[in-house]
Amino acid sequence: MPADIAIATAKVLFALFLALQIVGLGVFFERKVSALIQDRIGANRAAIFGFAGLGLVNTLIADPIKFLLKEDITPAQSDRLLHFIAPCASLVPALATFAVVPFGDVLALGGRLINLQGAELNVGLLFVLAMASLGVYGVVLAGWASNNRWSLLGGIRGSAQMISYEVAMGLALIGVVLTYNTLDLQEIARAQGRLLWGWLPAWGILYQPLAFVVFLVAGIAESKRIPFDLPESESELVSGYFTEYSGAKHLMFMMSDFVEVVLVAALVTTLFFGGWQVPYLARDGFHFPWGTAVALPSLVVALLQVTAFALKVIAFTWLQIVIRWTLPRFRYDQLMRLGWKGLLPVSLANVMVSALLVLLAGRGA
Amino acid sequence: MPPGAPLTWYLGLSAVVFAIGTVGVLVRRNIIVIFMAIELMLNAVNLTFVAFARSLGSMDGQVIVFFVMTVAAAEAAVGLAIILALFRNRETTNADELVTLRW
Amino acid sequence: MTAPVFLLLAVLVVAAALTVVAHPSPVYSACALVVTLFLLSVFFVALDAQLVAVLQVIVYAGAIVVLFLFVIMLLNLTQPESRPTAGVPVVAVAVGGGIGIAALVAAALRRVPPAGAPALPEGFGDTAALARRLFTAYVLPFELTSVLLLVAIVGAVGLASRKG
Repeated sequence: MPADIAIATAKVLFALFLALQIVGLGVFFERKVSALIQDRIGANRAAIFGFAGLGLVNTLIADPIKFLLKEDITPAQSDRLLHFIAPCASLVPALATFAVVPFGDVLALGGRLINLQGAELNVGLLFVLAMASLGVYGVVLAGWASNNRWSLLGGIRGSAQMISYEVAMGLALIGVVLTYNTLDLQEIARAQGRLLWGWLPAWGILYQPLAFVVFLVAGIAESKRIPFDLPESESELVSGYFTEYSGAKHLMFMMSDFVEVVLVAALVTTLFFGGWQVPYLARDGFHFPWGTAVALPSLVVALLQVTAFALKVIAFTWLQIVIRWTLPRFRYDQLMRLGWKGLLPVSLANVMVSALLVLLAGRGA
Repeated sequence: MPPGAPLTWYLGLSAVVFAIGTVGVLVRRNIIVIFMAIELMLNAVNLTFVAFARSLGSMDGQVIVFFVMTVAAAEAAVGLAIILALFRNRETTNADELVTLRW
Repeated sequence: MTAPVFLLLAVLVVAAALTVVAHPSPVYSACALVVTLFLLSVFFVALDAQLVAVLQVIVYAGAIVVLFLFVIMLLNLTQPESRPTAGVPVVAVAVGGGIGIAALVAAALRRVPPAGAPALPEGFGDTAALARRLFTAYVLPFELTSVLLLVAIVGAVGLASRKG
């Protein structure tokens, strides 16, 4: 029993560690990639003894210290308890979702096979949706607790946007569930290790391309990133629902923004791009389609898989950052129209077509 | 694996939550809070159903909980729409003042 | 779930439920309701009802209570009730009625046979088992519920939209 608890704790801490490292990288990328896109240099002013580290010192050391040392202002006549809880309510569900994201296959250690996933739930995908629905509370309570009419409007709009795109996200996921016949994310990742026609890894994007697009768009809208960031809209509403937040609480809101970016990237990777799958890598080593087989110890295989997962997640984080700095913002009615009249019928059609194809394929098999 | 707590404990907890919900419906005057107390009662009943499903080994209890949740969602939507329409007309949510149907 | 864990969670559930009913501000009642629903979801997981537990969070805690919060905030319904909730006699009768209900259930519980838990079928409480029951024995209520939801959507939109 104590060994089980130790292993479970280690897995959860590692998943969280991986996620937070990529969040840190995401913050750095945001500054530097936006600078590249806008043809400037980006944050490089802060330096320790002249060492600016390409902006790493500024983004990863100076910025957090600045946030933490700023004065924490609670507006007068606002609800202090709710003002305090709102950033936590925004950050905790986003981080909790990483418990079900698998970052590797299995690790054979000391005679036992450790499943490299924080928590093995047989309803893992629904857990993701549940945490996404709980994330709405951070927004709505932040808007309310600020005692500020425009924050309240930003909060209401933000939460209406979130619950609208949750529907499209859920329906896109039904297509994935139909294809893999399971709700467990680790099983979905494992099922993408098969080879089609002997050489093509059967990643989810080949089976559900439409669901991939719908899920990516809905995920970006869910995390209120540009082009869907009217509730926050830095250039128009100051900060929308978290205008009245400063210091550490503001940092928590910013952090939950990046955690959700990494979360959407991790989910897209797991569901549509094989997760931790390295092409032709099985539990005991490489099995190339032309016959070569390279045997590798379990630890090396696990390390390769975790690295592959991290690289894929970083790639999709980078994609979301580039999208952010390229596209203009949607107007609110355009946003809602896209969610309800665009993505929802498309994902419903996807469900029906997927169900039909699964039925026909099953009958043929 | 059997639940660590006996069935009667779950039923007792469910009864207590149901009683709290009933007291809420009878005592509070704010319509929204009355509505929330009704949701509390529905959830207490859900707990009873799931506890019995576990104890009798039948999935029917969970199916009924599924339906209760769906109907509660529909009821919440319609009820809140009614409250919106009421509020627009009468500017009050105090149940003591919404008495036009009383003879 | 062992007895001490059950007792701790039960105390939390009762405390949250009392907050829902007793707190003067509806926003805090709504937040307490979310806590209650989440804790009940934990109980569902302990009772081998994983799908129902997750659905409880998605539907109840994640959608219904958000709707409550929307209505409270949009209509700014947080003014304290203009006069005390109810007179002492009413509260006394209500609490007495609550205790009466609990006592009734306790009396009924004496008749529940103290059966040991039967061996559960494989995969009890997961999606496939629920789906199997839902789409075979309960398919008619399922279809009727979808009609009910459609009617509720149309009714809610009709009631809430401004007339003229």
